[in-house]
Amino acid sequence: MVTVVLFYLFAVILVGSALRVITAKNPVHSVLFLVLAFVTASCLWLMLNVEFLALSLILIYVGAVMVLFLFVVMMLDIDLEEIRSGFWKNLPLAILLGVVILAEMVTILVRRPIVVTGTADVQVLNPDNLSNSYQVGWLMYTQYSYPVELASMILLLGLVVAVALTLRKTNKNAKYQNIAAQVATSSTGRVTMLKMSTEIDQIATNEVAKEVIAEITSADGGSKK
Amino acid sequence: MIGINHYLVLSAILFAISVMGIFLNRKNIIVVLMSIELMLLAVNFNFITFSSFLHNLAGQVFVFFTLTVAAAESAIGLAVLIILFRNLRSINVQDMDSLHG
Amino acid sequence: MIQNLMVENPFAHLYLLIILAPLISSIIVGLFGFAIGKRASHSLAILGVFIATICSYIVLYKVQCQNLFYNGSLYTWLTVGHQSFAVGILIDKLTSIMLVVVSSVSLMVHIYTIGYMAGEEGYQRFFSYISLFTFMMFVLVLANNFVQLFFGWEGVGLVSYLLIGFYFKRESAIFANLKAFLVNRIGDLGFLLGISLILAYCGTLNYSEVFNIVPTLANATLPGGFNLITVICILLFIGAMGKSAQFPLHVWLPDSMEGPTPISALIHAATMVTAGIFMVARLSPLYNMSHTALSVIVVLGGINCLFLGILGIIQNDIKRVVAYSTLSQLGYMAVALGCGAYSIAIFHLMTHAFFKGLLFLGAGSVIIAMHHEQDMRKMGGLAKYMPITYVTMLIGSLALAGIPPFAGFFSKDMILESAKLAYQSGLPAGWFAVFTVYASVIVTGIYSFRLIFMTFHGEERFRNSHHDHQEHSHGDHHGVTEVRESPWVVTLPLILMAIPSAIIGWIGFSSFVSNSVLADSVFNIGWYLSHIQDEAVMPVQMVIQSFSELPVYLAFAGILIAWMCHKNPAFTEKFVKAIGPVYTLLERKFYMDDLYINLFAPAGRGIGRFLWNIGDVVIIDGLAVNGSAKVVDLYSKILRKIQSGYVNSYATFMVLGVIILLTFCTRLIFN
Repeated sequence: MVTVVLFYLFAVILVGSALRVITAKNPVHSVLFLVLAFVTASCLWLMLNVEFLALSLILIYVGAVMVLFLFVVMMLDIDLEEIRSGFWKNLPLAILLGVVILAEMVTILVRRPIVVTGTADVQVLNPDNLSNSYQVGWLMYTQYSYPVELASMILLLGLVVAVALTLRKTNKNAKYQNIAAQVATSSTGRVTMLKMSTEIDQIATNEVAKEVIAEITSADGGSKK
Repeated sequence: MIGINHYLVLSAILFAISVMGIFLNRKNIIVVLMSIELMLLAVNFNFITFSSFLHNLAGQVFVFFTLTVAAAESAIGLAVLIILFRNLRSINVQDMDSLHG
Repeated sequence: MIQNLMVENPFAHLYLLIILAPLISSIIVGLFGFAIGKRASHSLAILGVFIATICSYIVLYKVQCQNLFYNGSLYTWLTVGHQSFAVGILIDKLTSIMLVVVSSVSLMVHIYTIGYMAGEEGYQRFFSYISLFTFMMFVLVLANNFVQLFFGWEGVGLVSYLLIGFYFKRESAIFANLKAFLVNRIGDLGFLLGISLILAYCGTLNYSEVFNIVPTLANATLPGGFNLITVICILLFIGAMGKSAQFPLHVWLPDSMEGPTPISALIHAATMVTAGIFMVARLSPLYNMSHTALSVIVVLGGINCLFLGILGIIQNDIKRVVAYSTLSQLGYMAVALGCGAYSIAIFHLMTHAFFKGLLFLGAGSVIIAMHHEQDMRKMGGLAKYMPITYVTMLIGSLALAGIPPFAGFFSKDMILESAKLAYQSGLPAGWFAVFTVYASVIVTGIYSFRLIFMTFHGEERFRNSHHDHQEHSHGDHHGVTEVRESPWVVTLPLILMAIPSAIIGWIGFSSFVSNSVLADSVFNIGWYLSHIQDEAVMPVQMVIQSFSELPVYLAFAGILIAWMCHKNPAFTEKFVKAIGPVYTLLERKFYMDDLYINLFAPAGRGIGRFLWNIGDVVIIDGLAVNGSAKVVDLYSKILRKIQSGYVNSYATFMVLGVIILLTFCTRLIFN
């Protein structure tokens, strides 16, 4: 009985906060309602005995991603009125689409209710003795160790990309590519024709070089003049 | 008693709401991103539900990966958003039309 | 391949030499003519043809006396599917005769050209062309399959085109060569269709293989119920109509006289125009199977023979008279073919090659003497200035008119005989053949001797006419004051051609009549064979007999009419006035030229314009090319709207896709 009450309570909070996420005027409020939605979702997951993921959801989403969102929203100077324009215009279509999608999904679920017949298979260790965290961790570091490594690489990539994208060119000693300038180059800008004679004078310091240069100039120089 | 279908309907409602969110906030890219997060949450909800009711942990491991990818995605998405705002002084999706035909 | 040939036949070198000698000299003269000079050019060209001539005579001897035949492929030049096309050589009795005729006339013409073309622009080019022509003609004659025949056929057509337009700065020459080209295209189309039908039904194009298969197709019909053999024969004869200037396609030959005279002798009298006759004789096994086709040939030949001969009477240009006489004689040959007497056609082809070549060369000699004046009304009385030309042309004309015992008499008399035979044997158009050939004997007599009388007898009109002429063109050329006999390079060929024109009939008569000279390569039709076995005649008997029969008197009558008209110009004028409309009809050449120029040519241009405007511009360019581009453009314009570049519109479509997918799943659930 308690689980039923709790389920409906959390479900209503989840749906309500989700609705507020998409309807709030201020993006900051949206982010905060999203935090609420995630927290209630994690509560629901706890009810399903998925402790590890429920806690990771709070840690990762609420702790990291939502804070990031919040930072970004607060950092940006957003014209709220302009951003919200078209909201009422789009509302009927949005409701229609939402209702259609929902109706169809629910229809599928109602017409063919899912009857759980499956039992525990090999991937479940001893559910009575071991916690959910232990079981998931055991799987991740044995059977799924390679995908976990890949996931960590993706996170690393995300980190590097985020830094690289937002890096400001403040350091004067740093070398940057100017892509626009590279594309816009022409042959005339690249090759500069230099006069040989001055160069020869500069180089011609030793005797051998002088002789060589004398040969070159006698062969070439006549035609230049 | 709360059965599997309750959870599934709940995730369907979440999904429908997030789709509506994308349509309602056509101009606000931050809310669009948040809607996508909600959508992912709805999908994760399905995974968790089935995993729990079927006593199969593979779904939970998959949700872990989804969370990882979603985190990376939102990090990059927000970075791009910042660059965009820096260049366009706006997060209005309608201004990002340099690829139109 | 060539090695095999050597083993099989020790004379293969000879066969190759016949073909290649003129080709090599043509290439050298054509490409390096200016470098090696005129003298070297004509020496080289003549050497090439001379070698070919010697070889031809050796081949003639080997084939006729020692029965040394050859039929083989030298080289496979194309394989399409299961069908391969080879370059081959067929040496049999017909080939040997044709080789001798072609090479002899060609050699004479080569020598003659030195005199005729002296000082003309394009001297080397001319020699290169005629050597090339000789090569093509040999290819045609030596072919052992239809493809090579067609190659030679087109080759001689090409050289003919080039040579008619030899004076390419002259408007009329360009018109004439274009006309020859276009008219020949019509014929060639028929020819090609005929060859294609043979390939389709026989699966091969080799003569001997085709002749083996053809009897099994005797009753085969095409879709539409036409007899296959008849259709093939008529289509092939359409080709011959173009090349041999038979009735509806004859219009190019008189105009081809725009070319230099040696060409008229070689190509448009002696050799190329007889290619069609040769082809039909070569395919005699095929033609023997279709009396319908033979009747068509007889009718067309008869029309050529009589009606185009009549046109020769009213011409004033010396070359045109000879040209119309060529048309008439080609008609004779066609009648002989149509009557199934193929060997007689070849006999007449041979005698005609010599005497008609002679007449053309003689006409050329006169033209040289007259400083390129071709109008007979400005000639006359030349006999005492040009005795050699006069005597040789007289021999040629006597042969042409069929006066015994000159060459033409024998061949022509046999054609009359075979026409009568065909009539008696019930060939559908036999009566027409008999009528036309007998009537044309008079006509032949008239036009050939009208030429002799107008040119060599009577008052010396060139002295009067040249005064008017000079007023028109001061000092352009000095008119004709002193007429001289032509140099030896001109008269030698005349004499050498006059000899066979006089005597070849005696030599060839018996063997051509009995077909011993063409045995195993030309097969005369049944009724002819059965008749010939009854009476084998010797030439002397033939001459004596002929005086008790009609044709000789008809010929004499013709000559007499020509003489009377020549003596009595007043009467002639009255006569012309009396038959006014008929004369106009003749003058307009039965309106055949007008028919082509005013009806067929505009119709062809109209169809072309229609296809261009409607077919090309509207359908192909408009609908197919631009249309498809426009359709792409239209779709692009619509699809552009979708490619807005806005993220949220893409999201919209994505969601729509999701909805459609969901709807689909829902439907699956319900069903």
